[in-house]
Amino acid sequence: MSGGHEAATATTAALRRQAPSRRRFPWGDVGYWAASLLFIFVSVFPLLYALSSSFKQGSALFSPTLWPEAPTFANYSGVFAEQSFAHYLLNSLFVAGSVVTLSLGLSLMAAWAFGRVEFRGRGLLLMLILSASMLPQVAVLSGMFELVRAFGLYDTLAALVIADLLLTLPFTVWVLVTFVRQLPRELEEAAAMDGVGVLTLVFRVYMPLLWPAMVATGLLAFIAAWNEFLFALTFTLSTAARTVPVAIALISTASGFELPWGKIMAASVIVTLPLVALVVLFQRRIVAGLSAGAVKG
Amino acid sequence: MPETVLQAAFPSVPRGGLAAQRVRRAWWMAAPMLLVLAAVGGWPLLRTIWFSLTDSELSRLDDYTFIGLENYVGEYGLLASTDWWHAVGNTLLFTGLSVSLETLLGLGVALLLNQPSRLRTLLRAALLVPWAIPTVVSAKMWSWMLHDQFGIVNQQLLALGLIATPLAWTADPQLALFSIVLVDVWKATPYMALLILAALQMVPVDCYEAAQVDGVPRWQVFRRITLPLILPGILVAVVFRTLDALRVFDLIYVMTSNSRDTQSMSVFVREQLIDFGLVGYGSAAATCLFFMIALLSIVAMGLMRKAFERAAA
Amino acid sequence: MSRIELRGVSKSFASTPVLNGIDLHIEAGEFCVFVGPSGCGKSTLLRLLAGLEDVSAGEIEIDGVLVNDLPPARRNVAMVFQSYALYPHMSVYQNMSFGLQHRKLPAAEIEARIAEAVRILQLDGLLQRRPKELSGGQRQRVAIARAIVRQPKVFLFDEPLSNLDAALRVQTRLEIARLHRALGSASMVYVTHDQVEAMTLADRIVLLQPLAGRADALSVAQAGPPLELYHQPANRFVAGFIGSPAMNFIAATVKSLGDGMVVADVHGMVCEAQLSAQGLTPDEPVTLGIRPEHVLLGQGTQQARVCHVERLGELSHVYLDLPGSRAPLLAKSPRDDIAIDDLLPFELPAQVMHLFRADGVAQARSNAAAAGAADPAAAAST
Repeated sequence: MSGGHEAATATTAALRRQAPSRRRFPWGDVGYWAASLLFIFVSVFPLLYALSSSFKQGSALFSPTLWPEAPTFANYSGVFAEQSFAHYLLNSLFVAGSVVTLSLGLSLMAAWAFGRVEFRGRGLLLMLILSASMLPQVAVLSGMFELVRAFGLYDTLAALVIADLLLTLPFTVWVLVTFVRQLPRELEEAAAMDGVGVLTLVFRVYMPLLWPAMVATGLLAFIAAWNEFLFALTFTLSTAARTVPVAIALISTASGFELPWGKIMAASVIVTLPLVALVVLFQRRIVAGLSAGAVKG
Repeated sequence: MPETVLQAAFPSVPRGGLAAQRVRRAWWMAAPMLLVLAAVGGWPLLRTIWFSLTDSELSRLDDYTFIGLENYVGEYGLLASTDWWHAVGNTLLFTGLSVSLETLLGLGVALLLNQPSRLRTLLRAALLVPWAIPTVVSAKMWSWMLHDQFGIVNQQLLALGLIATPLAWTADPQLALFSIVLVDVWKATPYMALLILAALQMVPVDCYEAAQVDGVPRWQVFRRITLPLILPGILVAVVFRTLDALRVFDLIYVMTSNSRDTQSMSVFVREQLIDFGLVGYGSAAATCLFFMIALLSIVAMGLMRKAFERAAA
Repeated sequence: MSRIELRGVSKSFASTPVLNGIDLHIEAGEFCVFVGPSGCGKSTLLRLLAGLEDVSAGEIEIDGVLVNDLPPARRNVAMVFQSYALYPHMSVYQNMSFGLQHRKLPAAEIEARIAEAVRILQLDGLLQRRPKELSGGQRQRVAIARAIVRQPKVFLFDEPLSNLDAALRVQTRLEIARLHRALGSASMVYVTHDQVEAMTLADRIVLLQPLAGRADALSVAQAGPPLELYHQPANRFVAGFIGSPAMNFIAATVKSLGDGMVVADVHGMVCEAQLSAQGLTPDEPVTLGIRPEHVLLGQGTQQARVCHVERLGELSHVYLDLPGSRAPLLAKSPRDDIAIDDLLPFELPAQVMHLFRADGVAQARSNAAAAGAADPAAAAST
């Protein structure tokens, strides 16, 4: 190895000497790598720091070392023991899961209507649906509060499921409409010849074919519902119906003096890591879904 | 003869032609989604606007009197409230700062991501991390990092000698809003970058090749070719982000609670509605925010249409 | 009672007429081919029968039932699509059973029907495959099988061979013909732009012409058995469409009229045509037509110079300069020793000449029996 390596370096050195002006120092490459690494660092560091803090306890929390000197799971066990965090996780999972199922089901049905059938008022309705996604949450807060109370849903998870549909439906409809439009028309006609109804067409033919789009939009809807804070803060009161974001925002010590940062970070890591894992796993589909909603819309 | 006339008037088969049947089916299929959206969007919005014209309170929602525009222009109305105008100012400052920073950084990140390289997958994964983290969680993470006594940011800045005494990032009224902007930039730049990247990837490759053949320098290529072509895409992203930033709530609420210094319009609305129970007054504030965003959307749509037409021509 | 009956059917998209004034009936067990150049609306006509489009005017009856407003599934028809339109996420078996399950057929019946279709189309061993794992020809057979299991009264084929390569096309053509014989009473309606498919498969051809925006034009140029369209084209459009290479058209004027004989003048050359003289007047400008295979070379009183030759092996296409005509006269000849610039005697036999008046309508054969068959309405009612 050593002899060949020396010979190789000698030749490259000779080559370099021969053409010194042709190959300038690659400033562009260095800039690219420096900027990229800086970007990756800034993006990921807060999560890493939270991870590190979540394994620290007591005075160790106040030392800025990234690698905890005496790693401990006390924060994690504390979060589950004192905060009934498992219950909040299940609540969030139930809300987000229901929102995803309802949004995808309703949107897929509507996507057939808007994507495949020409009818009067279609364009106007699509614009209205798009503008619903611009609606500030607080603009519907008092009206929704009244509605939630009128149906006796105050302080229930059902209230959150229904309210969150406002955040997810507009974009799930838009994204699925663009994807349904790309399916060949003959499939629908073959189904019509087979005598199957529109619902069967949508759920037995379109849904299996659109599953990549469904995964992407479903994941976006899941994230939106999982992260939702304002409705959850306003429409629930008891711990029975509390979701994870509210729980994290409300974590405090009994003394109320300094916040239990170790536990907060442990809780943050618990709700974030699965999400980050999902997102990194499905990154291509998510990027496609996000751009489909914005660019084509 | 009368029989055939009758038959023509009342055919025994389903009414209307096949196309008409199809349109009817389309309405049935769209109806559930439309009804849900009307119930969770349209109706509550109308109720909010109505409440804003009454003196209703949280404790007695169905017992109110109509007071016209009193909540807006009355002696103690919204327009006379310094707190409200302060919230409007905060919101506009926050929106202006964060969206312009996010646009610049987003453009830079998008250009990085558009570069064919082995780093690309890693970059995209890193990009999605801040985006996927719940806002509440990122607010908490950064609150911890910006903690005045134990936060790593102060510790590092002190160690590097950039500051002499620890800064109260979230407590100092002068600094708090900028800290919030910083966190929002961290969290929302990825979204901006993704939208701009989508626009970048639609620039036809032959444009670059033609410029390369002509020997146009890289900076000129970017300014004269890339930028004009992606401008509509950037504009769309800016509009989306602006409308989103104007209704900011989670970040500010979690990082600085109901502090007057950083209160946004949304935080103001919720404080009035829920904490003070002033449904009428809070609804008036919410209605103002809604019309502000609606107006901006309409203006933006008009501008974008023009921009797109120019780009197409 | 016929299987399919169309009365005054018209179709327009927006305000553009696509089909106009179609009266047609198709019998049980008949193989009917819609053929015509692109833009003639043949696929649209098929989609009207299938129930995938609305008629703009007129009535469609299938099996005695007015189906204008009936959805496709209630029309007793099955369709084979040009793109096959198989469900990509289902196996071959599921593709066939999907529609049957939704008609609530008993499982044993579904099983039996699929087994029968598999036998007829030799799909053994493919049942568990997905469409993307099949070759083009196999996909085509699955698409046909999916139509067969429904046991429809009418099969609709929309250019089913156009996505296959040439060799497979011939083979599948034979299979479809065999299938038609095997299925007996089911009618088949088949759309193609390929006149060879039309001539070889059809019991009856319906030749459609583009309306080209004219509101008064009728869509059906001629309907009848393939050989009738070949021998007795009703008008110039039909004469030019059927037959390959296309019929020669020669501008001429009527010189004299006899009993069952028309004499025409082509720039000094006298041509006789054995046609009814009815309605013609001397000195009337007309167009003579003769198919390349009917021109006799090496005999006769006329002479012409060869301007081009194409030798195909089994025969040669010989192009002759005609006096006063820019387009050369094409003749088929079994000889391969004809060279350019040869002076050849040729003959245009009077009994195979066609004559078209200025409006394109063909002059009837003088022979009484042939004259009867040349009338499309009379032929359609037989």
